[in-house]
Amino acid sequence: MSTTPDPTMTRYVVLIYQRESAGGVADIPPEIMEANERFDGQVTEQGGRVVAGLALEPTAAATAIRGAVVTDGPFIETKEALAGLYILEARDLDHAIAIARMTPTWEGGVEIRPLLDFQVMEVS
Amino acid sequence: MADAHRREWASVLAVTVRVTRDLDTAEEAVQEAYVQALRTWARDGVPARPGAWLTTVARRTALNLMRRRHTLESKLPLLVEPGDAGRPEQPGGGSEPVRGAIIDDRLRLIFTCCHPALASEAQVALTLRLVCGVPTPDIARAFLVADATMAARLTRAKKKIATTRIPYAVPSAAELPGRVDAVLTVVHLLYSTGYTARSGRELVRDDLCHRALGLARLLRGLLPDEPEVAGLLGLLLAHDARRATRTDAHGRLLRLEEQDRARWDRTQIAEADRLVVAALQAGPPGRFALQAAIAALHAQAPTYQATDWPQILTLYDELLRVWPSPVVALNRAVALAMVQGPAAALAEVEALERDVRLLGYQYLPSTKAELLHRLGRDAEAADAYQAALALTSNAAEEQFLMERVHATTPSRPNGSSGAEPPRSDIS
Repeated sequence: MSTTPDPTMTRYVVLIYQRESAGGVADIPPEIMEANERFDGQVTEQGGRVVAGLALEPTAAATAIRGAVVTDGPFIETKEALAGLYILEARDLDHAIAIARMTPTWEGGVEIRPLLDFQVMEVS
Repeated sequence: MADAHRREWASVLAVTVRVTRDLDTAEEAVQEAYVQALRTWARDGVPARPGAWLTTVARRTALNLMRRRHTLESKLPLLVEPGDAGRPEQPGGGSEPVRGAIIDDRLRLIFTCCHPALASEAQVALTLRLVCGVPTPDIARAFLVADATMAARLTRAKKKIATTRIPYAVPSAAELPGRVDAVLTVVHLLYSTGYTARSGRELVRDDLCHRALGLARLLRGLLPDEPEVAGLLGLLLAHDARRATRTDAHGRLLRLEEQDRARWDRTQIAEADRLVVAALQAGPPGRFALQAAIAALHAQAPTYQATDWPQILTLYDELLRVWPSPVVALNRAVALAMVQGPAAALAEVEALERDVRLLGYQYLPSTKAELLHRLGRDAEAADAYQAALALTSNAAEEQFLMERVHATTPSRPNGSSGAEPPRSDIS
């Protein structure tokens, strides 16, 4: 995956929030897993590009650190937990919304935020 | 000059934004063009085409500002114009851009200001500032906040447009209905703010109503094929036809049944009716077309009692289906009382009391109070009026509710007929 930014495009991070269950990834319905596999291709069809993507282990595996205190669990407890994110290249916010709207989620949704600048780490 | 300001501001700004691709710079340039116009026109007279004159000066000023600030080379994010395939410059720079281009530009501006990614109060403020050209202190007064607060709100919103790259564009056909709804919501909110000001001077209220009507008319011209736009304009006109009769000479609030129907504006009502018909013929009606149909039925009724309540109830049923809002359910209860009697309506209102979305909504206890009063349960009615009174800060409404408390408090003689229908926000 190239990380050379296209100057006519803006980079957004799409944060995926969804339901969690005890079984973790194994509990995610198969149709959502399949939709995830098709997603990159759909983004390309729409004229956007997924620059990088990260899927997270469930919040059961999270460790929070506040000052000196280390605790079990995520930093912020929410009904829908942060499950992953991807960096999306899109023309503008409307384009990003049109693409991010197709993100397969398990009873959840996404949040779109523009990246502060174009520094993107290579994810292999 | 004031006329040119009102009529031309949106077009001039919309075209200038395409030069600057930055809302702040465009705003400053347009402001400067109006200052120059004030000087030049006072001396030489108003030019034949004031809009073209203003646009030329604003564009020239914008280019100078940009040169001075090197905006073109800066890293500041600029407004994105998707699909902008080499739009030709206007020949000679001074000629009026083609009609279609102006229309498009104003629409772009409106859709940018009313983008759902912006907070709703920011959408309203931006629309007033950028589309209507209302000065920031006036907007602050209309929404009862400090000038600095409103200025900060506008700055934050413009910053969000730039950093998130909200496009300066008319949405695609697929997105259009949802985005039109967002725009109409802003215009409707603007009108409602003027129509039932929470407090504040009457002048400000009337001005907001005029601005909202002007925007609705502009949208009707720009989006003639959108039935919901026709619906919104019809709705505002049907309300506006009654605006002057909503209070008496002493500023006392008059209920729908007390208003002088002879003074309702027949021209506005007739126009509203034509728009409602057009909106309803265009397919399954949306929430604005349905609200307009209800408002038009009220406006056409010879008396309150002779209003077509069964038809209004049917329209509310449909409205509740397309727009399941507890406020709609509350208004439906008012129509239900007229069709099936106050007991049936009271049951509905009591069910709505459990809806947390209506907590603090003054028309819930005031509607309940009227129903209780009609059922002869005046002691409970007085309590409900008290509850409504605690929730309003509008002087006219306070006075109205105070009178109702007195009229229903059992120790005092009850001067009302006992057959009064409940009040709702349709007064």
